[in-house]
Amino acid sequence: MATTQTGIAPLPDQTGATPLLEVEDLRVEFRTRDGVAKAVNGVSYTLHEGETLAVLGESGSGKSVTAQAIMGILDSPPGFVTGGAVRFRGQDLLALPDDERRAYRGRSISMIFQDALSALNPVFPVGWQIAEMFRVHEGMSKKDARNRAVELMEQVRIPAARERAGDYPHQFSGGMRQRIMIAMAIALDPDVLIADEPTTALDVTVQAQIMQLLADLQRERNMGLILITHDLGVVADVADKIEVMYSGRIMEQAPVHDIYATPAHPYTKGLLESIPRVDLKGQELSAIKGLPPNLTNIPAGCEFRPRCPYAREICKEQRPELTEVVPGRFSACHFAQEVLEGDIEPAQQ
Amino acid sequence: MGRYVARRLLQMIPVVIGTTFIIYALVWALPGDPFAGRCGARPCPAAYVADMTAKYNLDDPLPLAYIQYLGNLLRGDFGETFQGLSVGEELLRAYPTTVKLALVAIAFEIIIGIGAGILAGLRRGSFIDNLVLVSTLVVVSIPVFVIGSVLQLFLGMRWGIFPATVGGDASLYNLILPGFVLASLSLAYVARLTRTSLAENRRADYVRTAVAKGLPQRRVIGIHTMRNSLIPVVTFIGADFGALLGGAIVTEGIFNVPGVGNLIFRSITTRDGVMVTGAVTVLVLVFLLVNLLVDLIYGWLDPRISHG
Repeated sequence: MATTQTGIAPLPDQTGATPLLEVEDLRVEFRTRDGVAKAVNGVSYTLHEGETLAVLGESGSGKSVTAQAIMGILDSPPGFVTGGAVRFRGQDLLALPDDERRAYRGRSISMIFQDALSALNPVFPVGWQIAEMFRVHEGMSKKDARNRAVELMEQVRIPAARERAGDYPHQFSGGMRQRIMIAMAIALDPDVLIADEPTTALDVTVQAQIMQLLADLQRERNMGLILITHDLGVVADVADKIEVMYSGRIMEQAPVHDIYATPAHPYTKGLLESIPRVDLKGQELSAIKGLPPNLTNIPAGCEFRPRCPYAREICKEQRPELTEVVPGRFSACHFAQEVLEGDIEPAQQ
Repeated sequence: MGRYVARRLLQMIPVVIGTTFIIYALVWALPGDPFAGRCGARPCPAAYVADMTAKYNLDDPLPLAYIQYLGNLLRGDFGETFQGLSVGEELLRAYPTTVKLALVAIAFEIIIGIGAGILAGLRRGSFIDNLVLVSTLVVVSIPVFVIGSVLQLFLGMRWGIFPATVGGDASLYNLILPGFVLASLSLAYVARLTRTSLAENRRADYVRTAVAKGLPQRRVIGIHTMRNSLIPVVTFIGADFGALLGGAIVTEGIFNVPGVGNLIFRSITTRDGVMVTGAVTVLVLVFLLVNLLVDLIYGWLDPRISHG
């Protein structure tokens, strides 16, 4: 059973139940003065209740744009969804009129962002910003909403929550600000939480705390969590499965532990090898050579070919589709089987 | 906060002393006899000159004369003009008109300036946006006395829509036309500032967050975007209000508004030094106080500014 990049069929569903969130063949492009940048080119994935999906990729791989398209918060123009579907419990959100779609934001699907300082409104107290969720969505009174906001701040472990609810975002540390973002995002008990690089702007020690908090909240509330990151280390402990994105397409999809042990795509392999390791101290860091393709002019054939150490003739002509290599594992590489088994030599230069 | 205000008030003392001293020195240091032409075609009688010289301490060295003047000011005594009119009373008579005119002008800036800026900023590149850009450019390029005279001619005299001059009756209705002319330049700046600020903030991350929270569009724009966009605009209008309270010599002249601008202009042409010094002292004080107020409002609008 295979899913193609152009196919209509969603990714296989192991449980058979309607998935919480189903992204199917999603396409997004940015129409700019310099041409049309194809940021997302047929991305499909599914998310179930209580599941954590990590979306991995470098800047410009389309991982954040996919999330913004799911939320319906693309900057438009220049960004446009040009195809595909985003189904929440079977309902295609892209087909809904604006005001009906709005009802899903914050209540069914919510999102936290990388830089909480700029993502929070600088001129309103944090308690007010959290309470706004209850006041707007549930018509709660100011006082009740404020009390709920304080409860949420306690749940995300902000010390002296009641006293600090009246403070402004700039009066908090980076980690605390991200906790406030999280409190705001989980206020209405959403089914899906999308975290777009939630720890990238934070100190390493704080990163671990925030990841732990997200993991705890997810378990308590049985949320589906989409974790967008470029940091392989962040996802290892918390994710159930990983999607590796490159050039607006999914290159590999696999359960988290399999992918770390045996990557089935040269790009994933390159990413794993480029993590600095203490036991290799002193040796030169391994890096993936070259740059990601220009999205206004993606080359024919395999997108990763110009940087791929194993590239062969076929990679120039034919774009490999995402196919199942072994049960539960998908890779978009002509030599997925060989890469998985470590049975391929770098191409002769 | 209280300490901040106290410090700012203390800082005003040297500013007020400095400015009044400069004005005082300039007014009395002007070449020529201050009493020339005071008594018709004949030279003034020696007794009158001696009287006046004593009254205004003209024989004392400048610093000493200034200190005596300052002492009178502190007692609330602005002195008398050469004609024996009380400067304080004259200012009290002219000031309400200037305040009214300034308020009318500010109302135009807020209603038309911010209104046009919001319409343009929300629909960048639209017809309205271009209309605002071009019309504000026109207004900025034309000197106030031209705008004033043209509007007076057409709206006031030819078509008779608004009163063409104000004269003795400075009612709000009579002040509509001069108020608009006085506001025109700042109005154009307010419109452009609002437009730019709004367009910038619409792309801000926190606006995206507000959308992601599922807030209705009017709340995203009306509360989250607008509150931030108007911070620089409010600051600009506040500072402009301080400047407008200093009187408007050109506009008040065109429309014959009996305000402070007119009073100062008349006093300068008649070389009425006491009146000029008194009026300018009040203007300096008002300007400083309004600026303090603007800074306080700024701190209140933008919590990131701390008045520690």
